Amino acid sequence: MFLINCPYCGERDQSEFISGGEAHIARPKQPTELNDDQWAEYLFMRKNIKGVQFERWNHAHGCRKWFNVARDTSNDKIEKVYKMGEQPPKL
Amino acid sequence: MKNKYSIFSLIKNALSNHENWQRAWGDPEPKKEYDAVIVGGGGHGLATAYYLAKKHKLTNIAVVEKGWIGGGNTGRNTTIIRSNYLWDASAGLYDHALKIWEGLSQELNYNVMFSQRGVMNLAHNLQDVRDLKRRTHANRLNGIDAVWLETDEVKKFCPIINTSQDIRYPVLGGTLQKRAGTARHDAVAWGYARGADEMGVDIIQNCEVKGIKRNGDSVEGLETTKGFIKTKKIGVVAAGHSSVIANMAGLKLPLESKPLQALVSEPVKPIIDTVVMSNAVHAYVSQSDKGELVIGAGTDSYVSYTQKGSFNIVEETLKAILELYPIFSRMKMLRQWGGIVDICPDASPIISKTSIKGLYFNCGWGTGGFKATPGSGDLFAHTIANDEPHKLNAAFNINRFVSGDLVDEHGAAAVAH
Amino acid sequence: MSKNLRINNKQFVDETRKLSFVFNGKKLYGYKGDTLASALLSNNIHLVGRSFKYHRPRGIMTSGSEEPNAILQIGNDDALTEPNVRATEIELYDGLICNSQNCWPSVKFDIGGINNFLSPLLPAGFYYKTFMWPASFWEKYEYFIRKSAGLGKSPTKQDPDMYDHRYMHCDILIVGGGVSGLIAAKIASDDNKKVLLLEDKELLGGSLIYDDNDISKIDNQKSSEWLKRLIDNINNDKNIIIKTRTSLAAYHNYNFLLARQNLTDHLSVNDRNNKIRQRLYKIRAKKVIISTGAIERPQIFHNNDRPGIMLASAVKKYIDYYGVRCGLENVLFTNNDSAYETALSLHNSGTKLNAIIDIRDNSSSEIVTKIKSLGIQIYWNHTIVNTKGYKRIKKVTVMKLNDKGNDVIGKKIELNCDCLAISGGWTPMVHLFTQSGGKLKFDNKDNIFVPDKTNLNQLSIGSAKGDFELDDVLINSIKDTKKFLQIENSNFDKIDVKCSKEKEKKNIWLLPSDKPLSKTKPFLDYQNDSTAKDIKLALREGFKSIEHVKRYTTTGMGTDQGKLANMHALGIVADTTNTNMGDLGTTTFRPPYTPLTFGTIVGRNVGQFFDVFRKTPMHDWHVDNNAKFENVGQWKRAWYYPKDGESMHDTVQRESKAARKSSGILDASTLGKIDIQGTDANEFLNRVYTNAWSKLQVGKCRYGLMLNEDGMVYDDGVTTKLGENHYLMTTTTGGAANVMSKLEDYLQTEWPELNVFLTSVTDHYATASVCGPNAKKIINKIFKDLDLSDESFPHMSFKEVKLGDINCRVMRISFTGELSYEINVEASYGKYIWEKCIEAGKEFNITPYGTETMHLLRAEKGFIIVGQDTDGTMTPVDLQMDWIISKKKYDFIGKRSLYRSDTIREDRKQLVGLLTDDPNEILEEGAQIVKDENKKPVNMLGHVTSSYFSPTLKKSIALAVLKEGKQLKGQKLLVPMINKTIKVTVSDTVFLDKKNERING
Repeated sequence: MFLINCPYCGERDQSEFISGGEAHIARPKQPTELNDDQWAEYLFMRKNIKGVQFERWNHAHGCRKWFNVARDTSNDKIEKVYKMGEQPPKL
Repeated sequence: MKNKYSIFSLIKNALSNHENWQRAWGDPEPKKEYDAVIVGGGGHGLATAYYLAKKHKLTNIAVVEKGWIGGGNTGRNTTIIRSNYLWDASAGLYDHALKIWEGLSQELNYNVMFSQRGVMNLAHNLQDVRDLKRRTHANRLNGIDAVWLETDEVKKFCPIINTSQDIRYPVLGGTLQKRAGTARHDAVAWGYARGADEMGVDIIQNCEVKGIKRNGDSVEGLETTKGFIKTKKIGVVAAGHSSVIANMAGLKLPLESKPLQALVSEPVKPIIDTVVMSNAVHAYVSQSDKGELVIGAGTDSYVSYTQKGSFNIVEETLKAILELYPIFSRMKMLRQWGGIVDICPDASPIISKTSIKGLYFNCGWGTGGFKATPGSGDLFAHTIANDEPHKLNAAFNINRFVSGDLVDEHGAAAVAH
Repeated sequence: MSKNLRINNKQFVDETRKLSFVFNGKKLYGYKGDTLASALLSNNIHLVGRSFKYHRPRGIMTSGSEEPNAILQIGNDDALTEPNVRATEIELYDGLICNSQNCWPSVKFDIGGINNFLSPLLPAGFYYKTFMWPASFWEKYEYFIRKSAGLGKSPTKQDPDMYDHRYMHCDILIVGGGVSGLIAAKIASDDNKKVLLLEDKELLGGSLIYDDNDISKIDNQKSSEWLKRLIDNINNDKNIIIKTRTSLAAYHNYNFLLARQNLTDHLSVNDRNNKIRQRLYKIRAKKVIISTGAIERPQIFHNNDRPGIMLASAVKKYIDYYGVRCGLENVLFTNNDSAYETALSLHNSGTKLNAIIDIRDNSSSEIVTKIKSLGIQIYWNHTIVNTKGYKRIKKVTVMKLNDKGNDVIGKKIELNCDCLAISGGWTPMVHLFTQSGGKLKFDNKDNIFVPDKTNLNQLSIGSAKGDFELDDVLINSIKDTKKFLQIENSNFDKIDVKCSKEKEKKNIWLLPSDKPLSKTKPFLDYQNDSTAKDIKLALREGFKSIEHVKRYTTTGMGTDQGKLANMHALGIVADTTNTNMGDLGTTTFRPPYTPLTFGTIVGRNVGQFFDVFRKTPMHDWHVDNNAKFENVGQWKRAWYYPKDGESMHDTVQRESKAARKSSGILDASTLGKIDIQGTDANEFLNRVYTNAWSKLQVGKCRYGLMLNEDGMVYDDGVTTKLGENHYLMTTTTGGAANVMSKLEDYLQTEWPELNVFLTSVTDHYATASVCGPNAKKIINKIFKDLDLSDESFPHMSFKEVKLGDINCRVMRISFTGELSYEINVEASYGKYIWEKCIEAGKEFNITPYGTETMHLLRAEKGFIIVGQDTDGTMTPVDLQMDWIISKKKYDFIGKRSLYRSDTIREDRKQLVGLLTDDPNEILEEGAQIVKDENKKPVNMLGHVTSSYFSPTLKKSIALAVLKEGKQLKGQKLLVPMINKTIKVTVSDTVFLDKKNERING
């Protein structure tokens, strides 16, 4: 039950949010140019990191905004919260 | 040769004050080289080693385990065993496992307490009814025992379920697989470990894999906390940590590792004699031989390796339990814990070769891998020994995520457990 | 109450309030302030239960939550009874009824006691080694195993009690209201912090509050007197919220903690009416101070489990707090000084203490010196090797220890006793600390694990941290609290503490005996009957990890969660394997700290509050008109409206005939509705739907199919262009929330450049859908000025029209194939407009129909229902809806996935129609379709997704998905059922009105 510091609303209980998985996997601009392997890489393959992972969260029971979180998946410690479109922090 | 377990050996050993029991398995240091190494000493990993030795005569092999054997999801799950899956590929896989379960105690000479007390899946809305009936028809034609029960039959089979039609999501019926049931989770790991050890398999605990050494497209060995181990075949059965191992080999898998929680109540005298699963209301309950109600909770939405989920999941689970079993309101939660489950997008496992020669993965079992333990071990052993999948696990290859030929068990089968 | 066991005039029990209770059918008495345990003891009752495995007689052992033996069934009402309640925790109330568990016919004579004699056959893990023959017999063995297991009995009727939740936020949470917690609370409060103080007992003060000796002094006052003044002070402190009878259950990450407060369990049953039974506090604390104290350890020797054998600290508490002597002939057995406080309490209360047995060579502390001066016999360097007395201890056998402490020497000494008080030292309660993720370190001096590293903002103080003597407890608590709160000075800085100091220490995890270990029963886990022998057997059999040992022997897995057993188990493993205990580590302490009632965890979210009911504005009308309802997601949808005892089948036949022949009306308010605005709204629709939207004109409607990125059909619905850059999208009822989330996700994360705004308006509008050949006439009666001609208002178009002051959006769209109008109004007018339609339609026999008839009507036309005819594995091509995939669009969600090697296969499962050879035979939805049912394994080609009897066509019709279905039109196939096989023919998916003529009435 960690707390997430929503960049729009402030610190809230994690149960107000839903996770959108790994961040910075941009939808390919030209999907038709990709072969099946490359498309599968986008669709399904994930780093699933144990350690600091950049991920997407949505304040579903709040402002409904999506944003990014750098969280250590080995202890759930949140290192940084940053908005969509911003570059991941160097940690 | 290990001494055989039986009532006679128990009496004999009682006479010598139980001083002469042999070790169930050894505690060896790793050799320099093995013909194959299994990464992960859970039920699936130990079963894989057991069948590699037994059926494929590969005995110069080792199982390396980061902690203690059976300490991951094997020792943390709610032990439900069933094979009433929708798709032919899944039904084939899980029923293969179920058939092995039926003779496993005798084969291993270790009582894994497989108890065929039946598993009931409840329907709570009209689409549930369609889905479960569809599954029952498919099961029947696949030779899997499964029947549809009307609400009164559900009540008759498990009288403590609240089948009142006035509750929020009333029970509209359910399916029953009588051959399904539960087993003693620890015993499965221990029984396979003992059996594998007897055939010469080295079971190496407290040995964490730190790296995979490759030579071009082939594996050469493992870096571990107990030194380098040379081998040409590595079978990874690391459940929640599969991606961590895959990353060492430069592979990405279609997995996310998430917390899954479970809990038990204080022990009470027998009150529920079967396993009841409700997907729509999300309540899974059975009662252990010790008397504890064993209750499976849900997964969190986020990746975590902490073995701890969030409390609201437990709250939701017990809410559902009290909806279906209001008599349990005064029962008390004795222990609550979490595990890390690796989930595939189609809720089906991967038992597969990879693009790297000699590297095999058995993962993605999500919330329901325990039931497959013997079958998974058998088929993974086949895949490793022959460098080709068995026909029963051919559909569970990694390439399905590229071709799109998924085995989508959460679409219609509804129950991911 | 036995007179010579009660010590009168104790301040914590109220002798003016005599309470009656019933134990195993016998009426007994105690006082207000007693626990059930102290009341039983005052009646000279020790034997209260039988152990789990060997059914050995067991008595009350402790005075707290660590109690392994005295667990009883409380209450004999089927709804209110509660199993496994610790007698040491429950406060006595008038009329309490309790019974021993796990024994038959009675606790005094228990048939199961035979297991004690079979115990050589029942070592740890015996069940893994046997019950395997014959193979089919396990379930028969298991039946008896299950019956003999379990402790108490579950209630069998619904719990009438209420439970509650409350969120709490504080600067400092203090867990445990003993002296260290109270000092910390005061320091924090003086620094103006908001403090929440939890105490699981009824009163604050911990064990110091009843400390009555003259050796411990604080500021030159008796320590308990000093403490009482502090408590008075705290009770009046506005910064401190105190919750008593509140025990901390779990300590989660980010300082999120759960605590349970007992509100009525101490009241007589009649006083509980309409009160909340228990409350769960969900606490977020900026800082947490753990002052949960320590619990005493037993000692491990042969037959250390008889009734009358108790922890020394418990014996002291029963005397000093409850005024109850646990025996008249007492013997003390210890390895440390704290038990001498019990000796002093026994002495001061005039209770006979026959002897003290101490495994140490000597002790020179002040308190021991005092006891020596009282002339009490002390056997130094001795141990107990056996005890006697089946249902109550009668004698102990004592022998001298050798120099190494690993054997006994000399001759046996027998001592009489009816109570043996034992102390093996103290274990800090680090459960909460480790639950929170904290790491422990081993202290070799006291043989304890103490808190070490943590990531959270927390502090352990007092004996929870490993300080056991009063001066250490106080001075370190003050010092550590100040540092933790970053405070320079406190009012306690000049505190002066005097107490006895222990100098000699000795610890033997498993005491030696004159008999070989195999002939003894030294219990570690009393409840689960696991002994030191079991631990050694597990190690012999190769169970090396402490977790393996625990699981194999079940040590620490009882309802007390091994509070008493775990340290000795670790110690014996360490000794046997020559490992340092610090290296061995502990087993995981899993929450909750003490068992937590399901009802408390769930709170108010039961029964009618289990999940919200979503009802349409017309719901009451449906109820008044005898509708049966179907759950669709959280919605209650009218399913069918039976008349005069009609069956569902007859109702649906009637409703659908009316809709086709004249007119029907459906409440479509539950469909998801999303208002889409912005200059890029059109482009947005192009990207989320498979078809093209660029040419749609204002006032027109279009059907769209939405895919997942994996190419599978996800949702569908009609979207209307309300104005330039303004659309109203409808979704399926069940999919509405997910579609909204998905669209927001794409918009915010993938396409932030699009100027599009989404608003969910599902609940804001109500929808009445009027269909049938007479629909136009009905609508015309309502909207007299509206031009309904096909030229002005064609199919798939929309008009905005006023009815009085009500704005109505009328769409001419059809899910039934009939001429059909959907009237959308603001929700508050929903029922009005519905009744208006009914009134206007009266002359045309307008018939309300529910979801079941809707399903039939659309199936006749071959329209799919996402989720029923699709299951997440169907592409639009599979649905034979190739026409809806735009060839011109460069991209849309899921497009790329339609061209993978598996999705372009020609032999995928495809949507088809099925007709039964016998037109009256209705297929079962979900039934499988085969070509040959005799060839094994049976090759299943697909399944029936929708199936109905069509009254208009006078035959059964079905939709199905079928492998290579597109190629199989006209093929004869089989649908095998349990008792019969149904012959079917593959057909087109459109059964009625293939030319779409009815759409124009």
